[in-house]
Amino acid sequence: MTITFELNGKTTTWEIDPVETLLHALRRHGLTGVKEGCDTASCGVCTVLLDGKPVPSCAVPAGRVDGHAVLTVEGVPAKARAIGEALADEGADQCGYCAPGLVMSLVAMEKELDQPDDREIASYLAGNMCRCSGYASQTRAIRKYLGGES
Amino acid sequence: MNEVGKSLPKIDGVGLAMGRPAYADDLAPREALVVKALRSPHAFARIRSIETAAAEAIPGVACVLTWQDVPRVAVTRAGQGHPEPSPRDRFILDEFVRHIGDEVAVVAADSLQTAQLALDALVVDYEVLEPVLDFEQAEGHASVLHPEPEAHENFPIGFEPQRNIASAYEMHVGDVDQVVAESEVVLRRTYYTQAQQHVALEPMACATWLDLHDRLNVISSTQTPWHVRRIMARALDIPVSGIRVNKPRIGGGFGGKQMIHGELLCGLVTLRTGKAAKMVYSRREVFSATNTRHPMRMDITLAAHRDGRLRAIDMRALSDTGAYGEHALTVFMVAGAKTLPLYNKVEAVRFGGKTVYTNHPPGGAFRGYGAIQGNFALESALAELAVELDLDPVELRRVNMIAEGETSPIFAIMGEGTEGVAQTIDSCKLPECIDRGMELIGWADKYPRREVAPGRVRGVGMALAMQGSGIPGIDMAAATLKLNDFGSFNLLIGATDLGTGSDTILAQIAAETLGVSTDLIKVYSSDTDRTPFDTGAYASSTTYVSGHAVRKAAEKMRAALTAEGAAMLGCDPGQAVFDGAEVRGPDGSISLEDLSTRLLYNQNQKQLCTTGSHLCEQSPPPYMAAFAEVEVDTGTGKVDLVDYVAVVDCGQAINPNLARVQVEGGLVQGIGMALTEDVRYGKRGRLQTGDMMTYKIPGRQDVPRITVELVESHEPSGPFGAKSVGEIGIDTPPAAIANAVFNAVGVRVRDLPLTPEKVLMALRGDRDA
Ligand code: FES
Ligand code: FES
Repeated sequence: MTITFELNGKTTTWEIDPVETLLHALRRHGLTGVKEGCDTASCGVCTVLLDGKPVPSCAVPAGRVDGHAVLTVEGVPAKARAIGEALADEGADQCGYCAPGLVMSLVAMEKELDQPDDREIASYLAGNMCRCSGYASQTRAIRKYLGGES
Repeated sequence: MNEVGKSLPKIDGVGLAMGRPAYADDLAPREALVVKALRSPHAFARIRSIETAAAEAIPGVACVLTWQDVPRVAVTRAGQGHPEPSPRDRFILDEFVRHIGDEVAVVAADSLQTAQLALDALVVDYEVLEPVLDFEQAEGHASVLHPEPEAHENFPIGFEPQRNIASAYEMHVGDVDQVVAESEVVLRRTYYTQAQQHVALEPMACATWLDLHDRLNVISSTQTPWHVRRIMARALDIPVSGIRVNKPRIGGGFGGKQMIHGELLCGLVTLRTGKAAKMVYSRREVFSATNTRHPMRMDITLAAHRDGRLRAIDMRALSDTGAYGEHALTVFMVAGAKTLPLYNKVEAVRFGGKTVYTNHPPGGAFRGYGAIQGNFALESALAELAVELDLDPVELRRVNMIAEGETSPIFAIMGEGTEGVAQTIDSCKLPECIDRGMELIGWADKYPRREVAPGRVRGVGMALAMQGSGIPGIDMAAATLKLNDFGSFNLLIGATDLGTGSDTILAQIAAETLGVSTDLIKVYSSDTDRTPFDTGAYASSTTYVSGHAVRKAAEKMRAALTAEGAAMLGCDPGQAVFDGAEVRGPDGSISLEDLSTRLLYNQNQKQLCTTGSHLCEQSPPPYMAAFAEVEVDTGTGKVDLVDYVAVVDCGQAINPNLARVQVEGGLVQGIGMALTEDVRYGKRGRLQTGDMMTYKIPGRQDVPRITVELVESHEPSGPFGAKSVGEIGIDTPPAAIANAVFNAVGVRVRDLPLTPEKVLMALRGDRDA
């Protein structure tokens, strides 16, 4: 089937397989910043923004984005760089596999929450798992990133 | 020191966060065939026949391979050195399938959907066999997992396949039975540790293709590129020189990617079809068809004087290696070798037992590597002994623990699969770790318990741990430095960065040695064609072993730069010094930038290139003292971890941030093992925890306050005083948390994890008693 949607700000038309997920369609089209980790909406490494809201792209049928707006990490290079630098300053970027998904959730969080505390941050980012860092360093980095921005 | 000891940002961090293509599946050729395996629905079966015609007829299917189409060469997929200490008990594909999820056949197609259709079209006739599912019944079971004559051990490891024994080991120092018989206090306990999944967020992935020289190129999410190359060559029956293996960025390893996974099947598809192929595991496949931590039963006997001085430790273990003997012997040995030396003042010590086959997915390497199993048993038993003796558990450790300048006979007796290497402990800051940890947790106020609300009790517990730094006599690493014009360097290293930051740390070591800043060091790593050798990233070896190789290469480069600078200045090399910025002679100087550029273009032209290699000669243990505070709900048995304090002696931290995060990450993985992570199988061997919804790793909201501190320490044998830090973080949580639960509510859980059901049952039993 054919879908037309806004991908990282550009109107895009793709031929997709009706059973494929948004995650697979994105990766197949070269947007490999979107990672695959679990296929059950449990890990968050495939997070993209659908109409501004973070969603696990492994749980979204590609057909459903027809007429909607999808934002991936490739569409927010400046934010991703700033967040990546904040993570790196704390040593929180270990294998980095969870980082693009975390970036996307943070981009959405910044819009939605005003000066969140650690508990609100942990709750907002609950879907973004990380197996390497143990989270503490990510929390330190996120706090600094948010502080530095305001 | 300018570069070492600094928390420099990881060199790849920003690029990864920006989503640049970096991992195996990102880099796989776009046209690669998709390789998928048909996986066994039976725990144990013989394949009578496989009908492939219907699958082969599907448009887009490039090939279908069964056990009858593959070379019959016994290998181990353990991903260890040569010859491996694990039994060679596996084939690329086999007539027998030995666990649910084991590979039956393989298809390659032009898309995932087509590959799936082809799998569905395969018709297999199985002769279902009686599986061995209880590891305590495996030895001598009527069902024999490995009857095949080709399976063999490379050297004596106690391999007895007819009795389902993958390996066996015995050691002793002194007469344990006699000392136990004479001792005033004797404590005998049994502990169980469960299978644990690594859950690196990137599933195993590899891609293969033939290059224009007809060589098999492999990119793989592996911790051990050289072992992958060697084992692929053996299994596929092609020369080692015909294969190139490259590890790109990998999304976590934790030992799970030390083993070989899709490489053999994927490589075979490429050799048979001539086409590029890729094999990316689904999460379900990672859970059911890779490796877990070896579950173990540990029977432990402690003998002591009334005053708390330990006299003997006897540890008997039984380990479950599942369907294949990957790391069977070595994980088993580490359960003793990296725990027992902590208490080196005993008169007698004994360790031994067997590793058996069962029809579960195989065990394998996993951060902690036996030490976490042994630690849970030993550190729980010591806490139980403290109760028996009415001593403070911290004091009991202080009286018995190893100290600087001391040794343990175990170092010489037990290596990994072979004999060990004698060593004296030159750095051990356990006393400082303990003092600081007690202060941070508030031990004096909180031990043993306080009720914080009706039905909610808090308690504190503690555990010590040690690990190693590389495998002495076996681990070897090499590094090459190449000088570029305008004064930068390429650092080519075999070492494999799993996301730990080793590329960054090794660049820091090169920069420190040369006296230049780290951003002048451009790292390229883990490529069997283009970088020098490294045994791989396992056994906590990279900083300690590969770090020395880098230091040696950099010292040679420094000397070469000084000599070339002197030649350009027209002075004797002995009169010249290189300070990182310039070479200075008696009558002038030349900058690194000028010198390097002239050497390539203008004067006395040559390429400066230096190589260092380092063989691990000893394995100085890092140490940790850990303290846990838990809150137990006595109505539900639920254990909430409130606070976790870990104070670590890892020698000089090359990069303190990265060292700290290694510990934090390890702790949280250990906390998962202590509380929630549990691989469960149904009656017929079916995995009940085959996805991330049923197998619960700690999430962001599950993690309590964690405080990690590194104490000042300097290991004389390490590069710039460093020891390892990659594994030790995981070792303590099971015992420290179990001990805290006991101190809170007086119940002792001896099998992991500490689920609410187990705690509640113990609480009820306790009340009834
Ligand atoms: S891959 Fe989508 S949430 Fe894990
Ligand atoms: S850094 Fe590896 S999963 Fe988060």
